[in-house]
Amino acid sequence: MTTLAKHSRSVSPAADKPQRNGGLRQLGDLKIALLFIAPAMIGFIVFYVVPTIRGVYLSFTEYNILGDPEWIGVENYAAIAKDPLFWNSLAVTGQYVFLNIVLQTALALGLALLMHNVAKSTIIRGTLLLPYLMSNVIAALLWFWMLDYQIGVVNQFIEWAGLPRVAFFGSEAWAIPTQALINTWRHMGYTALLIFAGLQAIPGHVYEVAKLDGASAFQTFRKITIPLLRPVLVLVLVVTVIGSFQVFDTVAVTSGGGPVNATRVIQYYIYQRAFTESDFGYGSAIAVILFLILALVAFIQMKFLKGNESDLD
Amino acid sequence: MTTTASRAPLTKPASRRRPFNPRRAGAWALLVLAIAVSVLPFLWVLRTALSTNNALATNATSLLPAEFSFGAFKRVFGLQSAAEAVAEGGSGAQIDFWLYLRNSLIFSSVTTAGAVFFSAMAAYAFARLRWKGRNAVFSLFLGTMLVPPIFTALPNFLLIKNLDLLNTMLGMVLPYLFMTPFAIFFLRQFFLNMSREVEEAAMLDGAKHLRIFFQIILPNAAAPIATLALLTFIGQWNEYFWPLLVGSQDDVRVLQVGLGVFKSQSPQGAPDWSGLMAATLISALPVLILFAAFGKKIVNSIGFSGIK
Repeated sequence: MTTLAKHSRSVSPAADKPQRNGGLRQLGDLKIALLFIAPAMIGFIVFYVVPTIRGVYLSFTEYNILGDPEWIGVENYAAIAKDPLFWNSLAVTGQYVFLNIVLQTALALGLALLMHNVAKSTIIRGTLLLPYLMSNVIAALLWFWMLDYQIGVVNQFIEWAGLPRVAFFGSEAWAIPTQALINTWRHMGYTALLIFAGLQAIPGHVYEVAKLDGASAFQTFRKITIPLLRPVLVLVLVVTVIGSFQVFDTVAVTSGGGPVNATRVIQYYIYQRAFTESDFGYGSAIAVILFLILALVAFIQMKFLKGNESDLD
Repeated sequence: MTTTASRAPLTKPASRRRPFNPRRAGAWALLVLAIAVSVLPFLWVLRTALSTNNALATNATSLLPAEFSFGAFKRVFGLQSAAEAVAEGGSGAQIDFWLYLRNSLIFSSVTTAGAVFFSAMAAYAFARLRWKGRNAVFSLFLGTMLVPPIFTALPNFLLIKNLDLLNTMLGMVLPYLFMTPFAIFFLRQFFLNMSREVEEAAMLDGAKHLRIFFQIILPNAAAPIATLALLTFIGQWNEYFWPLLVGSQDDVRVLQVGLGVFKSQSPQGAPDWSGLMAATLISALPVLILFAAFGKKIVNSIGFSGIK
C-alpha cells in the first residue's frame, strides 16, 4: 500500500495539466466511471454484499429451504453454545490450524533460506510450487492412495523400516495430522516463495555490515534476518491461519468427517447442517461465528503489522 | 548449480574450498529432498494409473507399472464395458470424464474471461478516472476479500436456487463472472504504474475513455492481464465447494466434483486405485500443461500477490 501512495503522488504533477481545464471533467469522469465499474458493482452487490447481510439474517431464523425463514432470535446461537459437535469441530479445526502453522512455517522458512542461499534458479522454485497449483481434491486423493493402510507406498516404507503400519485416515489420532500434512505438502512451496520474496527484499549491505562486525551465521539469522522478515512472516502466518480455518475439500473427499468425529472441521459441519440436514439457519449461525473468528485474526494481524512497520524503519 | 559455477571464479581463494563445503552439500541434499517430495508423488500417480488395478496389491512397491495397461484411462473415459472394467478391478459404475473435462473447461474459461474483463474495467475506473468516493468504494471492494467464501456460499446457493438455476452452467458461473476483489486489486496496481503520456495525447485528439481503455490500456497491460488470467483460470479449475453445491448433476459436473464422486463409488474393500489415479492425472493435466508453458510467469507473480 505504501508504494501505491508514493506512486500516485509522483504521478499527479504530470496529470495536473489536463485537470486544469475545469470541474467539468470531474463530473464527466464520474459518469464514465459508473459505466466502467457497473458490471463489477453488480457482482459486488448481488454476490457479496446482499449475501453477507442475508447470511447474518438467516442465522437468526429457522429455515429448512422449503418454507420461509422464521425469525427465532438468538436461539441458534444458544443451541450452538450447548452443541458438543460444534465445540468438537472448533477443537478439531484448531488442532489442524496449529499443526499447519508449525509445520508449514518452519518448513517454508527453511526452504526459503535454501532457495535464497543455495539455489536461486526459477526452475527449482517452480518445481517446489507444483503441489500448490494442484487442487485440494487432487492433493487429497494422491495422498489417500500413497498413505493407504494396505498397499500405500508410504506404509510399505514404514514396514521396511521395521515400524507398525499407520492407519493415516482410519485412526482418530492420525486423522487430523494427516489432513494437516496434506495441506502442508500442498502449501509448502508457495509459503516458501512468499518468504523468499521477503528475503530478497533485505538489502545486501545489511549482511555485509554484520559480516564485518564478525557476526556468526546463526547470529545474523537471529538478529537480522528474522526481525527484518517479521512483516512477511506475519503475513504468511495470517494467510496460513485464515486458509486452514476454512479447510473443507480434503476432508470432504477423504475422511468425510470421520473416523467418528475426528475430522469434522467447522466448514464440514456447516455443510452438513445446511445441506445434509437442511438446517440453513443453524448452518448460517456457525458460518457467522467462523466469520467473526477470521475477522479477529485479520484484526490481530493489522495490529501486529503496524507495530512492526515502526520497528523496521 | 549455476550459482556455484558462476561464483567460483570470482572469489579465487575460496574457489577450491566451495565445492567440498559440507554445509553447502547438506543444503543441496535438503533441497533435493524437498524437490523429490514435491514431484515424486506425481510419478507415483502416473505409475499407478498405468497399472492394472488387480495387480497393484501384489506389486505395491514396484517402480514400474504393475501389469502395464491403459485400461484405467479407458475406464475413466467410459470406453470400457462394465464387464471389462470389473475384470480389471474397476467398480463397473459408468463414469465419463470427457463430459467433466468439457464442463471444467467451460466453467473455468467463462468465469476467467468474465472476471478478468470486468475487473479490468473496474480497475481502470479505480486507477485512471477521478471521481468522488473512488477510494471509499475501492476499500469496500477490497473488504470483500475478508469475507470467507463459505459465508456467502449459503445465501448464494439460495439465490441460485430461487432463480431456478441449480444444476445449470449459468448458475455455476454467475457468482464468479463479474469480478474478483483480487483481480481488481492486481490490475489497478498495474494501471496506476502505466505512463499517462500516450493516454493524454489521445485525449487531446478527442479520444473517449472507452477507446482509450480498449486501444491503449488493454494492449499495454497485456502481460499482467495474461498473468492474472492464468492465475484465475488455475484457481477456477481447482474450485470444488461451489460446484459441489450447485452442479451436482452429471451434465454440469466439473472434474474436481467428478473425482470425489468417483472415489466414493469405489467399493470400500478394494478401491479402483488405478482408475482413480488415472482420473486424478487427467484432472491435473491442464494445469500441468499451463505450468510447463508459463511456469516462470506463475512463479514470478507469487512475490507480488504475497506482498499486498
